[in-house]
Amino acid sequence: MGALQQVVDGLSAGSIYAALALALVLVHRATGVVNFAQGEMGVLMAYVAWSLTSAGVPVLVAVLAAMALSFPLGVATERFLIRRFHGQDGLVIVVVTVGLLILLNGIVGAIWGYVSKPFPSLFPNEVIRLGGVAVTVEQIGNLVVLLAVVAGLQIIFLRTRFGLSLRAVADNRESSALSGLAVNRLLMAGWGMAAALGTLAACLIAPKIFLDPSMMNAVLVYSLAAAVLGGLDSPVGAVVAALVIGVAENIAGAYIDIIGTDLKIAVPLLLMVVVLLGRPQGIFGRREVVRV
Amino acid sequence: MSLLELRGVHASYSDGGQVLHGVDLTVQEGGVTALLGANGAGKTSTLRAVSGMLRRGGSLRFDGREITSLRTDEIARLGIAHVPQGRGTLTGLSALDNLRVGSARRRDRREVERDLERCLNLFPRLRQRLGSTAGNLSGGEQQMLAIARALMSRPRLLLLDEPSLGLAPKITVEVFEAIAGLRAEWSLAIVIVEQNADLALGMAQQAVVLESGRVAIAGTAAALAGNDDVRQAYLGG
Ligand SMILES: Nc1ncnc2c1ncn2[C@@H]1O[C@H](COP(=O)(O)OP(=O)(O)O)[C@@H](O)[C@H]1O
Ligand SMILES: [Mg+2]
Repeated sequence: MGALQQVVDGLSAGSIYAALALALVLVHRATGVVNFAQGEMGVLMAYVAWSLTSAGVPVLVAVLAAMALSFPLGVATERFLIRRFHGQDGLVIVVVTVGLLILLNGIVGAIWGYVSKPFPSLFPNEVIRLGGVAVTVEQIGNLVVLLAVVAGLQIIFLRTRFGLSLRAVADNRESSALSGLAVNRLLMAGWGMAAALGTLAACLIAPKIFLDPSMMNAVLVYSLAAAVLGGLDSPVGAVVAALVIGVAENIAGAYIDIIGTDLKIAVPLLLMVVVLLGRPQGIFGRREVVRV
Repeated sequence: MSLLELRGVHASYSDGGQVLHGVDLTVQEGGVTALLGANGAGKTSTLRAVSGMLRRGGSLRFDGREITSLRTDEIARLGIAHVPQGRGTLTGLSALDNLRVGSARRRDRREVERDLERCLNLFPRLRQRLGSTAGNLSGGEQQMLAIARALMSRPRLLLLDEPSLGLAPKITVEVFEAIAGLRAEWSLAIVIVEQNADLALGMAQQAVVLESGRVAIAGTAAALAGNDDVRQAYLGG
């Protein structure tokens, strides 16, 4: 396979990492929390989508329904779990979200079992040949969905009052409340949106790697690396980093013998370490500039 | 009827210490009340009690309505705008977005645009800085931005906590000239906390002096300003 082929494959995988990375950034911006359970929440809802398709619901409807149902799941997680730990040491929150990851993993396993299940793709199973490169409709679809999500988020955050309020609460809760913004509701909305994104990521990758209670663990590593590389607070940074990671992983896997498919997962981590050594705030992150 | 009425208000921070021990204070519709006292007397805490930012008890009434159990954002939506000590700028947002946050709960779009123009006329310095990240503004500009953001919500009561803190004398004059015109221009009532007692008493009708979380003396601004004993004891001569 040519290098171009690897790039195409990488962009497709990177789109999925990007969707989950966006969810991580959304939550981190709003509440300062890195939600290690973000992917697993997506897994739970992807299983719900699977159950719907098994009952005869068309896959597109099932995925959209699962995303919609994710919103209240995210809201409830913030309201009843995360908020209780507000103001606590960062490590406590890490333990809480990792604990949630393990708990959800167990719940999914208990309900649906640990045997992998095929998950129908949102896209027709067709291959398009462009020059020497074989592109599947699914790969194009993943990228298009990601671009649509990015554009949608950009419009929400930059053009709507709701988005402005979300940015305000992420910046300064107290001042936002003094301006009459319902801070708690906005935090919950941020978690709800993130949960929907995580579910989208899970439903996009499930056709490729099969539905499995632990299917998002590797994706979470890639997405975390992308989010951190992007600066944790920069949606654009996270997306760019996720695409770079997707491509780098594929090229390294194909051309550097010692890496192969087994060590592919080390690529984003290496990238992360190298970048953070040089720029601790991430590629796109801002250093805090606050004058008193 | 007075617009804001505090009766026997006590308050404590979450770490337990009680900081207000029965504060009385009233603000008339369209009036200015100066809140004075030494550092640590409880001025900031009193304003925070009004805005529901610390645990408080006693009676706090706004426009005849009990607000003692309301949340901060609910109190703000009733028409109380609070410019906190230290300004509370949304540092990562642009100056314009800060102002938009101030008006985010309003639905009267055309009035909002007019108010934005009025704010920029009030603080012409802000006009060139609208696109700048608020955290990059100078201290004076941030104070102006904080006041303008408060005005953008069209409040009936404005709480100003040491607006001159950390500002150069020239900028302080600029800020206070703007504040002095607010009451008539925006038809609102004001509670102003200020270290410089003369500045505050100059624009107030009523004044309250706090000492250790209690009201030490209260009366008309003119009476307090003219009383040498009071000035000696509480207002730094
Ligand atoms: N965040 C806080 N937590 C605990 N105590 C506080 C806090 N802020 C202020 N205090 C205490 O409350 C008292 C009143 O402070 P404050 O209201 O800030 O006074 P002022 O504004 O008049 O200078 C002081 O004794 C101060 O130490
Ligand atoms: Mg103070």
